[in-house]
Amino acid sequence: MNAPVQTIPVDLERQRAVCAALRAFMPEASVLFEREDVTPYECDGLSAYRQVPMVVVLPDNEQQVCDILETCYSMRVPVVARGAGTGLSGGALPLGNGVLLSLAKLMKIINIDLVSRTARVQPGVRNLAISEAAAPHGLYYAPDPSSQIACSIGGNIAENSGGVHCLKYGLTVHNILKLRVATIEGEIIELGGGGLDASGYDFLALLTGSEGLLGVVTEITVKLLPKPESAQVVLAAFDEMATAGQAVANVIAAGIIPAGMELMDQPATLAVEPFVNAGYPTDAAGILLCESDGTHEEVRDEIARIEKIMEDSGAHIVRTSRDEAERLKLWAGRKAAFPAVGRLSPDYYCMDGTIPRKRIAEVLRAIAAMEKKYDLRCANVFHAGDGNLHPLILYDANDADQLARTEAFGAEILKLCIDVGGTITGEHGVGIEKIDSMCVQFGSAQLETFQALKHAFDEHGLLNPGKAVPTLHRCAEFGRMHVHSGEEKFPELPRF
Amino acid sequence: MTESIQQIADTIRAAAAVKKTLYIRGGGSKDFYGNTATGDLLDVSANCGIIDYEPTELVITARAGTPLAEIEATMRDRGQMLGFEPPSFGGNATLGGCVAAGLSGPRRPYAGSVRDFVLGIRLLDGRGTDLSFGGQVMKNVAGYDVSRLVTGSMGTLGVILEVSLKALPLPPAELTICREQTAQEAIALMNKWAGKPLPITATCHVENRLYVRLAGAAPAVKAAANKLGGEEISNAPEFWRDIRDQRDLFFAGVAPLWRLSLNPATKHLDLPGPQLIEWGGALRWIKCDADAATVRKAVRSGDGHATQFRRVRAGVPVFHPLPEVLLKLHRRVKQALDPAGILNPGRLHPDF
Repeated sequence: MNAPVQTIPVDLERQRAVCAALRAFMPEASVLFEREDVTPYECDGLSAYRQVPMVVVLPDNEQQVCDILETCYSMRVPVVARGAGTGLSGGALPLGNGVLLSLAKLMKIINIDLVSRTARVQPGVRNLAISEAAAPHGLYYAPDPSSQIACSIGGNIAENSGGVHCLKYGLTVHNILKLRVATIEGEIIELGGGGLDASGYDFLALLTGSEGLLGVVTEITVKLLPKPESAQVVLAAFDEMATAGQAVANVIAAGIIPAGMELMDQPATLAVEPFVNAGYPTDAAGILLCESDGTHEEVRDEIARIEKIMEDSGAHIVRTSRDEAERLKLWAGRKAAFPAVGRLSPDYYCMDGTIPRKRIAEVLRAIAAMEKKYDLRCANVFHAGDGNLHPLILYDANDADQLARTEAFGAEILKLCIDVGGTITGEHGVGIEKIDSMCVQFGSAQLETFQALKHAFDEHGLLNPGKAVPTLHRCAEFGRMHVHSGEEKFPELPRF
Repeated sequence: MTESIQQIADTIRAAAAVKKTLYIRGGGSKDFYGNTATGDLLDVSANCGIIDYEPTELVITARAGTPLAEIEATMRDRGQMLGFEPPSFGGNATLGGCVAAGLSGPRRPYAGSVRDFVLGIRLLDGRGTDLSFGGQVMKNVAGYDVSRLVTGSMGTLGVILEVSLKALPLPPAELTICREQTAQEAIALMNKWAGKPLPITATCHVENRLYVRLAGAAPAVKAAANKLGGEEISNAPEFWRDIRDQRDLFFAGVAPLWRLSLNPATKHLDLPGPQLIEWGGALRWIKCDADAATVRKAVRSGDGHATQFRRVRAGVPVFHPLPEVLLKLHRRVKQALDPAGILNPGRLHPDF
C-alpha cells in the first residue's frame, strides 16, 4: 500500500539520553537504537503504516517493565507496548520520539492450576501455546482469534480479541480472571483475583480492549475450560444470501447458540475451493457453517435440529461432518478465506464492522449495489452468529483510481454499519487505522469521557498516544484496513 | 429525551452546581446492600419500560427503572432468559439496580456475570451529560468499555438510564440432583466436575447436601444426572430461587452475613459460623460474628475479597479495602465521571 510512511527525524540527543537512562538498569543488548536494530519494529500486522521507533527496549521480567515505565514517565517519553505485532489496526505502530516496549521476552507459562482450571501466564505467551499446554489435561483457553498460532495473550487483552467461537464462549474479557498491570508511573496494580469478581470498580473489564492506553499488562490469569466431548459442523448451501441470512436468524430463534456460525458468499467460496478443496459447493450463492459442541448427547440432539432448520430455511445442500478430519477440512476453508481471496487480486481491503443480525440481508444487498457503483468486486465472509462482517474489497493499489474508489467503497460500508445500529470495529480494534471513524461513531461528550478516563490512568498521555481515542479536533472520515499482497506482514497466518 | 429523564438530568445538574449529594434509588430491593447511603433521594423508578426486544438478535434493551420481573416474564414468553440469573431479593428489583449492584445468581460461574451480558449502556454522568456507550451488537471494540466499568459501580459513576443485555435461550430441560456430602468433599467435587464437559448450570452446598443443577438437551441432562448420581429433587425451581433471593433459611439470623468471593478450589474456610457454598466453590456465604479483620484475612489464601452483605456491624467497611495504588485510580476515575462527587458518595467506598 502506498499509505503514509512517517519519517520523523530522530532527535539524537534525546535518543542518547533515553538509552543511557534505560541502560542504567537494563542489559545493553536489551536497549536498541541503531537503525537496523529498530527497523523490524516499524510496523505491526497493518503494514501500511510504518514508523521507526526512537528506542526499542526488551525487558525480561516485570520489575524491568516497571522501571522502564517509571523512567519514561519521569523523562516524559511516550511508550508503545507491543506483543507479537500481529494486530490489524496499527495499535502497536511505534512513535519516532518514543520507546517501543516489546513484551516478547515475557513468554513464560508460570503455572497451570488443574484444580481451579486456570493458567497464569506472561503477556508474550502465544494464545495457542496456552491451549497446547492445557491440552494434556483435557482443558483449553476458549478465545481463538484466527491468528492464534502467533498472536500473544497480552495483545489479546489489549484488543479484547474474539474468534469464531465467541458467540458461545465469549471474548477475551469473559475468559480472564486476573491481571497484573504496570501503570505509567511504574507501579503494579492487581485487577480481578482468584474469585469471579473483585472489590471496587471493574478495571479488569476497562483495561481489556483499551489498546495499551491505560497500562501495560505484565501477567494474566486465564480461565481454562474442559474440552467439549464432541463437535460437529453442518454445511448448508443457499441460492440466495438473503435466505442464508434468514437461516442464521432461524437457528437463534430455535433457541440454539451454536459453537460457531460462519457465512461466506460465492466470491469467497470460489476463491477458497481451488485453494483448500474444502468441498464447498461453489454454485451456491452462499454457504453457512454451523457448529455444535458439547457432550455426545447434546451434539447429537443439536445437530439434528440444525439440519432440520437449514432444510426448512431453504438450503439446497445440507451436509454434516462425519468425523474430525472432515470437520477440520470444512473449517480450513473458512480459515483460509483471506489468503485465498488475496490470490484473486493484487490487493484487498478488509472491513470489520458489526451489525445487528437482522440487517444482514439488507446490508449484503447494499454492498452488492456498491460493487456496481464503484465497479469493484467484494467477497464477504462473516462471523454470522455475532453479526461481525469482513467484506473484502478487491483492488489494485497501483491504480490510483481503483484505490480512491476502494476507499470510498469502504467508507460507505462503515457508514452503513453505523446507520443500521452497529459499530466500526467488532474485533480488530481502532488503533491508528480507524481513529477518524471514532468521531463518526461517538459524539463529543463520549469522546471527552474517554479522554477523562485516559487522563485518570495516564495524566501526561504517554501510553500509546494517538491511538484508539481521537482528540476532538481530529475528526475526518472513516478508517479502513489495507493489505497489499506483497506487503502483508504475516501472509502465512490464517486470519479472522 | 423523555420527561422522566429530563427530570433526572435537571436534578443532577442542580445538585452538581451546589455539590448536594444524591442517593439514587430504583425499586429499593437492595437498600440493605453497600455502605450507608446519604443525600437527597433521587427516585429513578419512573424511567421504565422495555424499549426493544428481538429474540433473534439475542438482545433486550430496557429503561433502567423497568422491573426485572417484567423483563424476565417478557423474555420467558419468547423462550429466553437473563443468563446471569440476577437476584431480586424478593423485592421490586429494577434493571438499573441490578446493573449498578453487579450481582449475579447461581448460573454465574457457568454462563457469566451481569457485566459479561451488558452490551451497552446509556447514563447521565455527574454533570447530567447524557452519554451512550457500547450498543446492541455482540462484538464492539470501539472505545473504552465504559458499560462494563459502570456495572457494579453502585451508582457512583452515573445514573443508568438504559441498558442493552445479551439474552440466552431457556434450556429445553433442567433437573437438580442432590447428594449427601461434607463441605470439603463438595468443594472437591464441584471443582472436579467443572473440569469435565458436563451441562452444569448451578451448584450449592448447604446443610451437608450438595445440589447440582443440570440443563440442556433432555438426553444430555439425563446422561449427566446418571453420571453424577444422587437423587433428583422435586422442587428445583423454588430451591434455586430461594438461594438466589436469599429466602432460604440459611440466610436468616442475627450474625452478620458475609459474602466471600475467592478461588473455587480454596479449602473449606476455618471460620466460626455456618457456611453456604455456591458458584462451584468460588462463593462462600458465612454467618459469622468474628471481627472483620479475621474474615478478611481468611480470604487471602483464595486471593479473594470479603463483603459484609447483610446485618452490617457499625464501623465495618462493607467492601474489601483496596490497596492505596488502586484507591488512587478509583478516586481519579470517580473524578472523571462525577467531578462534583454527588452521585451515591460513600456507598461503595468511604472515599468516593
